[in-house]
Amino acid sequence: MSLDISFIGILIGSIMASSVPLILAASGELIAERSGVLNLGVEGMMIIGAISGFALMVITDNLFIAIVGSMLSGVIISLIFGFLTQSLLTNHVATGLALTIFGIGLSAMLGKNFVGIPGKEFPILFSSLKESIPFFGPILFGHSIVLYFAFALPFLTNYFLKKTKLGLVVRAVGDSPVSASNQGINVILVRYCCILYGGAMCGLAGAYLSLIYTPQWIENMTAGRGWIALALVVFATWSPIKVLIGALIFGGITILQLHMQAIGFRIPVQFLSALPYLMTIIVLVVISRDSRKIKLNTPTSLGRIFYKEK
Amino acid sequence: MYKNFFRYLISAIFLLGFSVNSNADFKVGFVYVGPTGDHGWTFQHHEGRNAVEAAGIKTTFVESVPEGADAERVIRQLAQSGHDLIFTTSFGYMDPTNKVAKDFPNVKFEHATGYKREHSNVSTYSARFYEGRTLLGHIAGKMTKTNTIGYIASFPIPEVIRGINAMTLAAQKVNPNIKTKIVWVFTWYDPGKEAEAAQALIDQGADVIMQHTDSTAPVQTAEKAGVWSFGQASDMQRFAPKSILTSIIDDWAPYYVERAIAARDGTWKQQDTWHGLKEGMVAMGPYNSAMGADLVKEVEQLQKDLASGKVHSFTGPIYDQKGNILVAEGKVADDGMLAGMSVYVKGVEGDIPK
Repeated sequence: MSLDISFIGILIGSIMASSVPLILAASGELIAERSGVLNLGVEGMMIIGAISGFALMVITDNLFIAIVGSMLSGVIISLIFGFLTQSLLTNHVATGLALTIFGIGLSAMLGKNFVGIPGKEFPILFSSLKESIPFFGPILFGHSIVLYFAFALPFLTNYFLKKTKLGLVVRAVGDSPVSASNQGINVILVRYCCILYGGAMCGLAGAYLSLIYTPQWIENMTAGRGWIALALVVFATWSPIKVLIGALIFGGITILQLHMQAIGFRIPVQFLSALPYLMTIIVLVVISRDSRKIKLNTPTSLGRIFYKEK
Repeated sequence: MYKNFFRYLISAIFLLGFSVNSNADFKVGFVYVGPTGDHGWTFQHHEGRNAVEAAGIKTTFVESVPEGADAERVIRQLAQSGHDLIFTTSFGYMDPTNKVAKDFPNVKFEHATGYKREHSNVSTYSARFYEGRTLLGHIAGKMTKTNTIGYIASFPIPEVIRGINAMTLAAQKVNPNIKTKIVWVFTWYDPGKEAEAAQALIDQGADVIMQHTDSTAPVQTAEKAGVWSFGQASDMQRFAPKSILTSIIDDWAPYYVERAIAARDGTWKQQDTWHGLKEGMVAMGPYNSAMGADLVKEVEQLQKDLASGKVHSFTGPIYDQKGNILVAEGKVADDGMLAGMSVYVKGVEGDIPK
């Protein structure tokens, strides 16, 4: 194995690419959860985004429409969740699980005619710089626009939650919907918006898989990434920056363990396969030990049903 | 899991519907482990079913049936609802198939890739995919510039190990400096992970990639990186037109049609089938012209020789990693040894996961 500096650059580049769906889905879910909504339908919304994006790409031959359409499809399917939990006051956990099952089934049905069609090449930015600069080239350049957006998103989310008035509203609704409501905030409306935003990000995460990362449609192609994103949000104690760190660790160790196998490290492969999960949890638990911050960040009314007495 | 349950539920409802109007008509049932849209293993079995249907025989199928307790229920349901012949198309259906066969002596069962035939109404069948791997090894050994072949493996079962060994032996024959790097992904089916594994192998210097998993992700990754690759289970050429040198294709259709007609006409007998290139159960996709006319000719000859039996994939002397002799000089491995293969041959790097 060549452990030179340019190889490490390539390695970091591919780690970043593999973390994108986790960052997008987890950042979206984080906003929903900070508003007090526990949506376990991440996997379902992602897979719907994946098939919608791919189908639109095939039909319209336009990648921009495909990306926007995947986000819209995430919005539409999360609207079902929003309507059930916010307007009909159903249980968040049960509804979210149902959404995942529904999404996987529906995507398989919609995708019947799109199996076996090769995807289109997604444009990458600054591809010439990628080759010409050692180490930093493959890290900073030669990625799709979605990757740059994904890496900006946790910082934007952090800024939104901490520095903007709307962010404060979201947090207030998540912590104490009753007080927020008494202040004149429309709790249900805020939660609807957060759910739909989460849906859009999950849809985009799915489209990243079917349009950019492995450009094709295959049933169940998200393969559990939605659940990992959900776990990341909790273990990162609802902090956007820690979500980013967690996603990078998970993606990083997934790829490193494949490299270790290819090099021929004499470590049991099963242990290597379990390593990403193990390390991500350990690291996030260690960096999130501060109990005061946990209390501050945890949406107190997470998953509780809110209704306004009239 | 939930997906499977959901599908199973729907399928069960359909099956109940079928059972109501079951009559004396001859009917064939299929049980699939994956979705028909996986474009790999199950997809090819489904193509076989389509051929049976085209031959004028009624069929039904249940897809995404988990191996285990659910499988027995689905198979039993098919037997009860008037199916005369049932194909169970995954290794993990072995015990459920035999269990149900005991209770339905008049129904015939065909189990893919298994070895248990506990009752006279159970047959087994599989394909000699390793013959295809021998061809891939020959091509890979000739095409590689870095002398490194990357192999994405799913689970450490004899089927997969046999493929790795057959490929390595053939590659060594044409290129003694060959190294086979293996990455185990512990899944049949996760495009993202398969792509990552392919990329890791490419970054580690492999310039020929092959896989024993089901999705097309590895060949697409190879296409992007500009290295060679091979299609698995079905012809994947259109996913990576420049990169794919050829594909191993599982063709179950002739066997399914033959057995269905035999069962209908009352000539069906228990048997254990292991067909390969000769019978056409294993077929090769078109050879990429980038291989050059000479190599294509060479490989086509080897394909003919494998089919005729002139050449065997496992011809001695074959040594294991420690140098112990597995197959003596001048001998070929018998089917019993092939079926239970659980060690790497010399030249493969790393250990088999336990």
